[in-house]
Amino acid sequence: MSASIEITNVSKNYGTLTVLDDISLSIKPGEFVVFLGPSGCGKSTLLRMIAGLEDVTAGTISVGDQRVDTLPPGKRGVAMVFQSYALYPHMTVAQNMSFGLENIKVSKEEIQRRVHLAAETLEIAHLLDRKPQKLSGGQRQRVAIGRAIVKEPKAFLFDEPLSNLDAALRGRTRLELAQLHARLRSTMVFVTHDQVEAMTLADRIVVMHNRKIEQIGTPITIYRRPATRFVAGFVGSPAMNFIPVQNISQNGNGVAIDASGLGILNAELHLPTAFSPEGAALGIRAEDISVLPAGQSGIPLIVEVVERLGDRTLIYGRLSDGTKLTAEADGRAQVNAGDRLEIALDISAIHLFGADGVAHHAVGG
Amino acid sequence: MAESYRRSHWGHAVFVLPYLTIFALLLAFPLFWSVWLSLHKVDLFGPGRFVGLGNYARVLADPVFLQAFRNTVVFVALSVPTLVALGLFLALALNRTTRAASFLRGLFFSSSVLSVAIVTLIWRFVFIPGEGLMPLIFEQLGLQPINFLSTAGWSLFSVGVATVWWCIGLPMMLFLAALQQIPGDLYEAAALDNASPWRVLTRITLPSIARTVMLVTVIQIVMQFQLFGQAHLMTNGGPSGTSRPLVMYIYEVGFVRWDVGKGAAASELLFLIILCAAMVQYVVSTRKPEVAE
Repeated sequence: MSASIEITNVSKNYGTLTVLDDISLSIKPGEFVVFLGPSGCGKSTLLRMIAGLEDVTAGTISVGDQRVDTLPPGKRGVAMVFQSYALYPHMTVAQNMSFGLENIKVSKEEIQRRVHLAAETLEIAHLLDRKPQKLSGGQRQRVAIGRAIVKEPKAFLFDEPLSNLDAALRGRTRLELAQLHARLRSTMVFVTHDQVEAMTLADRIVVMHNRKIEQIGTPITIYRRPATRFVAGFVGSPAMNFIPVQNISQNGNGVAIDASGLGILNAELHLPTAFSPEGAALGIRAEDISVLPAGQSGIPLIVEVVERLGDRTLIYGRLSDGTKLTAEADGRAQVNAGDRLEIALDISAIHLFGADGVAHHAVGG
Repeated sequence: MAESYRRSHWGHAVFVLPYLTIFALLLAFPLFWSVWLSLHKVDLFGPGRFVGLGNYARVLADPVFLQAFRNTVVFVALSVPTLVALGLFLALALNRTTRAASFLRGLFFSSSVLSVAIVTLIWRFVFIPGEGLMPLIFEQLGLQPINFLSTAGWSLFSVGVATVWWCIGLPMMLFLAALQQIPGDLYEAAALDNASPWRVLTRITLPSIARTVMLVTVIQIVMQFQLFGQAHLMTNGGPSGTSRPLVMYIYEVGFVRWDVGKGAAASELLFLIILCAAMVQYVVSTRKPEVAE
């Protein structure tokens, strides 16, 4: 039983401090939506407002057909998995999972059925009689998810649930969450500052920054066609290169961009007539920059640091005018600090950001 | 290397020597000396005479001791649950960050810093016949005044009221400290779990502070078994010894009648009683750590 979530013109103030400013968002039934953003952007506050743990200063929130922002948390039909799991320490796993159902007077047989079903789904049936302090971090995480599942909520809310797990377990649990979503087809809202979690789990990502939504889109859209310079810089590792633009002129179907250290680049890119090159930047991801074989001439890059990640090599260097640039080569590339390389840019993958931060993408990029 | 380590190891003892000396002189020595005294017929004015367990037999056969024992048990049985329940209630009510709550916390704790003489003086003003607060209230209500300090039953009750008023600060503070250790997200999870305020109290709050409830109970059992000053100053154990506690009995035997050996034997018995009461409380609490619904 999954439901849509409708957030309409929601704001949140603490006294004179505005934490969320006029947020509107529509989440479809069964959709997995991830709120992604840096610390303090308001993503957790927005989730807690859906859960009812924070009051809404202005605007409305609906789950399914029901307006819920005036209801107490328990009456909203949502279940939440906390970052710290928030398991009741003096109750066993089974008691933790059944507590919510006992409170709404579900019959004992039904509670038992749901707890055992959820425990089997999450492979924690053998832990039902244990108390949380006897469980590992991963097991606690599953119990917290189990406690949410047994309630059969209209929507699941996850508040950075993987951040307390070690790297290996985080990867595995991420995969299991994706499988769980595929099996339950429930509406899930997931808060994280980890872009890998967002990219791998989400049907749609909501990138938040500075009290507002920067962009809503599928992971590939967010990555390939970021709406703003903030999104372009926040999503992707290493971060996108931003090179200051000196001048832009119309050139047949596209534009000729004079960027620091790169020279003149001709790109097929449609800009509004009022676009000003002042404060503009050219954006390109490291993987869209290739190192040319010896003997070929391109744009010169002096290598400063080389990071070998096994499958790929990240090359941090400077262009002829001193502008920093990160390029990517394959894992076996023979590159060393101090080398002078010749590089080439995939012109179809460049982005142009105005002084206001709004992105314009190359055609076909 | 090993030799120098051993040498320095013994050298460390110098740092604990000051505490060890005070512990030995003021705690260990008196404890063993009182056991030695309890086995002797001694009056502090001459050498004692070994009487074995004779002092214990005399104490246990003394009807005044038995009456004092009964008074003390009744006092502990009524005052300790009251202190625990009231302390918990105040802590729950004042566990918030408003200015009013901070002020009231200070107010309720302020009685704890008063000396027993001032506490008893205040409560004598309340209970004393004629001009006291209670007789005035009774008069206003048109009721026959009760002489709280010199009526059997009421005298121990009056001592109990003064004691609860005096001692409520510590339980309240210990409970407040425990309540503030409970993670806030447990309450958020309970809110999402549709738990009623009563279920939150009985299933989240009380089990989370069960150890503190046990600690406060044991501390109060130990403290209230040692009741002395309030009874001595408010009622002097009367009427007819109905408010005489065990410590007052020990005081009278040891320092009024100078039967020090018998007084020491009564002290050892009180020590055993307190030890047993605290152990029983501990065993009961640890056997069933979770508070029932």
